[in-house]
Amino acid sequence: MNKAICLDVKGMTKWFGGLAANQDIDFFIEEGEIVSIIGPNGAGKSTLFNCITGFYKPSSGKVSFFGRDIYRMRADKICKLGIARTFQVVQVISDMTVLENVVTGALLRFSTIGPATDKAIEILAFTGLIDKKSFLGTELTIADKKRLEVSMALATQPRLLMLDESMAGLTPVELRQIIDLIKKIRSQGMTLVIVEHVMEAVMEISDRVIVLNTGKKIMEGAPKEVCSSPEVIQAYLGDKYRVVC
Amino acid sequence: MPEQLLQQIVNGLLIGFMYSLIAIGLTLIWGVMNIVNFAHGEFLMIGMFTSFWLFTMYGLDPLFSIPICFLLLFLMGMFIYRFIVSKVMKGPMLAQLVVTFGIGIFLSNLAVYLWTPDFRLIPPTILQGTWEFGELNLSIPKTVASIGSIITSLCLFLFLRKSKTGKAILATEMDREAALLMGINTERINSLSFGIGAALVGVAGAFLSTYYYIYPQVGGLFGLIAFSIVALGGFGSIEGAFIAGILVGLAQTLGGFFFDPAYKYAIVFMIYLITIWIRPQGLLGW
Amino acid sequence: MKNLSPKTITVGLVVLALLLIFPMVVTQIFPLQIMILVFMYAMLGVAWNIMGGYAGMFSFGQAAFFGIGAYTSSFLLMTFHVNPWIGLIAGGVVAALVAAAIGYPCSNLRGHYFAIASIAFAEIVRVHFNNWTLMNAAEGISLPMLDESFVNFMFHTSKVPYYYIMLAFLILALIVCYFVATSKMGYYFRAIKESHDVAEVLGVNVVRYRLVAIMISAFLSAMAGTFYAQYVLYIDPESVMLLAISVQIVLLSMLGGAGSVMGPVIGAAVLIPIAEVTRVWLGHRGTGVDMLIYGFLITIISVYQPQGVWGLLSRIGNRIK
Repeated sequence: MNKAICLDVKGMTKWFGGLAANQDIDFFIEEGEIVSIIGPNGAGKSTLFNCITGFYKPSSGKVSFFGRDIYRMRADKICKLGIARTFQVVQVISDMTVLENVVTGALLRFSTIGPATDKAIEILAFTGLIDKKSFLGTELTIADKKRLEVSMALATQPRLLMLDESMAGLTPVELRQIIDLIKKIRSQGMTLVIVEHVMEAVMEISDRVIVLNTGKKIMEGAPKEVCSSPEVIQAYLGDKYRVVC
Repeated sequence: MPEQLLQQIVNGLLIGFMYSLIAIGLTLIWGVMNIVNFAHGEFLMIGMFTSFWLFTMYGLDPLFSIPICFLLLFLMGMFIYRFIVSKVMKGPMLAQLVVTFGIGIFLSNLAVYLWTPDFRLIPPTILQGTWEFGELNLSIPKTVASIGSIITSLCLFLFLRKSKTGKAILATEMDREAALLMGINTERINSLSFGIGAALVGVAGAFLSTYYYIYPQVGGLFGLIAFSIVALGGFGSIEGAFIAGILVGLAQTLGGFFFDPAYKYAIVFMIYLITIWIRPQGLLGW
Repeated sequence: MKNLSPKTITVGLVVLALLLIFPMVVTQIFPLQIMILVFMYAMLGVAWNIMGGYAGMFSFGQAAFFGIGAYTSSFLLMTFHVNPWIGLIAGGVVAALVAAAIGYPCSNLRGHYFAIASIAFAEIVRVHFNNWTLMNAAEGISLPMLDESFVNFMFHTSKVPYYYIMLAFLILALIVCYFVATSKMGYYFRAIKESHDVAEVLGVNVVRYRLVAIMISAFLSAMAGTFYAQYVLYIDPESVMLLAISVQIVLLSMLGGAGSVMGPVIGAAVLIPIAEVTRVWLGHRGTGVDMLIYGFLITIISVYQPQGVWGLLSRIGNRIK
């Protein structure tokens, strides 16, 4: 069966002054896939996310979403077309309740509060935050904040969900919960791209893995393949040596 | 015409150096703790009155009251930071904005209450008269103030680059978290920077008092202009503020010369708006 | 935003009824004048709150919109004998257009940067009006005397009609604010206040929604400006475009509670009488005591009660619950 191409990235390049944070990156995502992007710190994963979702203006390249050109499009328009994302540093609206946060997301597809609230409650039930719907954004634990951020992203009713390190800094139990949530989201037919450091999670949920290092794509393949690749081990070990120094 | 133009350029430079001195204190405070000191103009006013009263009561020449202004404003700045500003640093953004407005209104009206709203002038003392170079007139007090501004800015620059405390201030300005991790007491750095920022504008006040009217509301306009300069130079950039001060002084006098003097301050604010529109990080900001 | 509870509606109606009979019970001029000022500043506060309290754009230049409203209607009346009610709408439209023109380039500015930009903008406007001969420059505009009538928006024998008109304006502003706060717009404004990133990631067109907030705010502020012109019958840049007015507006909104519908009304009800009474009692010799107290108050409020009276009340309310 031939699946539709959800996201197609070609020659993505982003310069910060004289530094190429992304250099000529090509990849595509099929509808319904979960693809992980991994790589050591500073490999350009978040930059790539930001360039695709319109938070940075890429220097050159091509991005299309279900055949539609979204290169250098404004972030809110890209969101409207159906790409939702979360941030590495979690972003929620701190003086709103959990429910209001998700309603704000749902309002992208509804013009009035009533139906948006219904949708938001449905999503909170799905993500397991419904019991905390009256909490303020600031009153949540980091794990719940990340879960809230995912809920907000889902509320915009995307066709592609991009998660930027949703598992960093979680306890093993919390990690289990978020992995289960991602699987649950996937089972609904969502396409996902995730940036992740937690390798066991990457191995468990990904269909494919893309490896970045120093701004370039160095490898792409099934999780097992990637894990045993000498080039990837080299990239990570190099990183570790740097940390030790 | 060319002589007049030259004279305007000189005037612009002279006022510009004064602006630079006023603005570097503001940019230091802004850069280190990300707080806009809307009372900065009123600090200037306090400096001017200090110099005025020292002269009136003890016959002390404004030039000699500079160290006293420096010390007094330094202590005042530390005090205000410790007991007022530090308390709103963790509060809502709006409170951070409004609090220094309150301090400014309080100070200027305290001055009205104590010393009436009258305009005062220190009679010419050591510094008086003008140097004449052909058609060109160079006011001596203004020239001395300009030299003072350069020297003071240079001292600040060296202090920040060479001394341990200065380096700690710069480090805090660049990255507060990292500075904290390196064992820098950022709270102490904050109050110190606030004190130094106030002290610098106190020095500016002493210089300004040698040739400018002294009255309680004098700070308002200078304060506003200082904001534009800081924005133009790049928030937190000392060198930027120094250069921008000169540019603004020139723009103001030349704008007044070529267009309409009534609009000279409007031109300054226009520069601010255009700067943050085209280059939000300012001339020397990152 | 929760729906209005029956209790809230009852309290609101009682307060409204009291306000409606106030001029019949109290006939002295001074309290009536204070009440009119309270309403006017409350309206300006509500207008500020829409862009400041909800959308997080802390404007310190609202006096520009207030002044533009006052000048537009007064100029139209003086020069073309345009009815002040039409001038009211015209003033609102002009202010909203100016707001859009200045708001657009400023659409990435936040926090301090926006605040200072708003001051710079308002100062440019003030300087310009001080030199604009078409607008009588610094001399100001004395409004031509018209017959006393509602249609002419002018009353000479009594201030009571002004009282009711201003009250009606304030209620209109509150309705607008309530509508904004409880609609999609209000949610989006609050997202923008949190951060532009979080708003954009939820699909909010930040530039457009910020412009909408600024324009609504400018329109309402300009309405208050036209009211002021019709009420005082004389305007000049120093009476309608001063930075002090802008600061007053921000302050009372913060005192009452920014980001709540009624906050600015509470703030105005507390601050304006204090300001007026101290001004009349203490300020007559130009001693500065009134402003001294005022500055002290601002400082104390920012340090100890930055969430405003409304924040305090709702915290107490939550504790009781």
